[in-house]
Amino acid sequence: MTTPLIGGRPTLRQLAVAERTVGTITRRRIVSAIMAGVIALMAIITTLPLLFILWHLAREGASSLNVAFFTQMPKPVGEGNAGMANAIVGTLILIATACGIGLPIGIGAGLYLADFKGTRLATAVRFLADVLNGLPSIVLGIFAWETLVRPMGHFSAWAGGIALAAMMIPMVTRTTEEMVRLVPTSLREAALALGYSRARTALTVVLRTAMAGIVTGVLVAVARIAGESAPLLFTVLGNSFWSVDLNQPIAAMPLQIFEYAKSPYDEWHRLAWAGALVLIAVVLMISLAARFATRSSSHRGSGD
Amino acid sequence: MNNDERSLAERIVGSSVGDRVYVAVITGFAICVPLLLALIFVEVARAGWPAFREFGFGFLTSSNWDPVHSQFGAASAIFGTLVTSAIALIIATPLALGVAVFLSDYAPAWLRQPVGFLVDLLAAIPSVVYGLWGIFVLIPVLRSTVMPFLRDTLHLGATPFFRGPAYGPSMLAAGVILAVMVLPYISAVSREVLLAVPRSQREAALALGATRWEMIQKAVLPYARSGIIGGVILGLGRALGETMAVTMLIGNRHDISASLFAPGYTMASLIANEFSEATGDLHLAALMAVGLTLLVLTLIVNAIARWLVWRVGKRAEGSA
Repeated sequence: MTTPLIGGRPTLRQLAVAERTVGTITRRRIVSAIMAGVIALMAIITTLPLLFILWHLAREGASSLNVAFFTQMPKPVGEGNAGMANAIVGTLILIATACGIGLPIGIGAGLYLADFKGTRLATAVRFLADVLNGLPSIVLGIFAWETLVRPMGHFSAWAGGIALAAMMIPMVTRTTEEMVRLVPTSLREAALALGYSRARTALTVVLRTAMAGIVTGVLVAVARIAGESAPLLFTVLGNSFWSVDLNQPIAAMPLQIFEYAKSPYDEWHRLAWAGALVLIAVVLMISLAARFATRSSSHRGSGD
Repeated sequence: MNNDERSLAERIVGSSVGDRVYVAVITGFAICVPLLLALIFVEVARAGWPAFREFGFGFLTSSNWDPVHSQFGAASAIFGTLVTSAIALIIATPLALGVAVFLSDYAPAWLRQPVGFLVDLLAAIPSVVYGLWGIFVLIPVLRSTVMPFLRDTLHLGATPFFRGPAYGPSMLAAGVILAVMVLPYISAVSREVLLAVPRSQREAALALGATRWEMIQKAVLPYARSGIIGGVILGLGRALGETMAVTMLIGNRHDISASLFAPGYTMASLIANEFSEATGDLHLAALMAVGLTLLVLTLIVNAIARWLVWRVGKRAEGSA
């Protein structure tokens, strides 16, 4: 350590020591400026892959996208006029199934975490929800296969929907908790003072106030499961025919894109690009919607 | 019970039948989370157990994966998982940290939102789309430009790591795409941790005469260190279990090769590739056992990461 510079002007000797340890001020300023440039450059490099991916998707996908893509079924190579109508519907069905199972559990658990935040169970659930959120999706896939597909003896949309729900639950739980915590205590107390029961306060006052935030969290979760394929590989399997039966294998866009991308045919590659473009467009729209939902709600909330 | 955490009014109100039902229902939903995790662990462990019983600890150390003769060892998949994740972290960590610092300390206010949004969007792109892009864009570029450049122009071919023919599908390709995929996770956590560093910490450094970089290097980064490490480990957790994109790019071969140009396998891609074509019960059990290994590995990694991030948040709360 050098002699402290506090109290009065530094002596020349002290300045010399300081320069030797940290460098001259000119040099330090130059280093700082260079690092500012390096950091800005890193930010630019990081956004490049996204722009490249979007650019390639737009270029390759748009040229292969047509009405048939949305209205027609998959066809063998060479027949032309093929589409992914069944996979689009299949993905919607899977999302609906996952939401039907995952939302009540996720929102309920989130309400519990916000309401009983200090209890030991809440701490454990919070931590385990984070851990569950970090589990590889392929593990959820083999879990759903082992518990549902194997005993039932056949692949089914149910199994895939449940695997996706298991992905959703921790995400929805954590956002619900955070959003409910933002609801001012005064609002709860006002409702309770008016004679509302706790249940009614939570369901009508608290949930409604936190709704915009929760919807955002749900949208983010939906955007993530919409593009998942690993948990679907061994559960819904995929299907080249029309099926909306939850007890049967069902087609899903990510699976279809995977199949087409692996194939050796140019025609199928083009369909894969078109599918990827549609998938990414949906995911981006959901993300943007989520972003604007948060923005409007945070504007309302930031009165301070 | 920690009743003092609850508001006074709520304690006074007491509970009617409806309230008791409500509390029972949300408690039930909350218990679903640990229950689900436990069920996943038990089911996968039970299904994978025959493989561990058959091969013992050797299952993790043998690289002999031979479905025809019912010999299974997961070492090559474990090796591939670790190598691709390491590549991903080596590439992604400095970039993610750079972006996080840019967003917390350098970017003008109008640029913060859009850049942050673009980086977050990287996390929203489905794995299978990364895989598609990797097959048709990344791999051709690696094969024709990057791999020859590393091997011949930089003469790194002399080292064992960049040796051999550049096929394209390789551990390098998988590692690069993983880097892009985990980057948003690392940067999101780092950004939050950096923003949680108290303003007084920054102001104190500036008041002592530090330049902006010195402030970041000496006052901000050390304070946020354990949180940033937590973010990196969280990214590692993602990289270890990422499936589709890796399956599409790694070449899927049971080899242990020091060269990053060689194709390989990861645990996740091994399951994705062989599960539906598993021949016989032992093959299936072996794949389940690989899943169990992956599960345990990510559980440990995630628990460590959460603990580190949580610690920083707690400290920031305490000092605020």
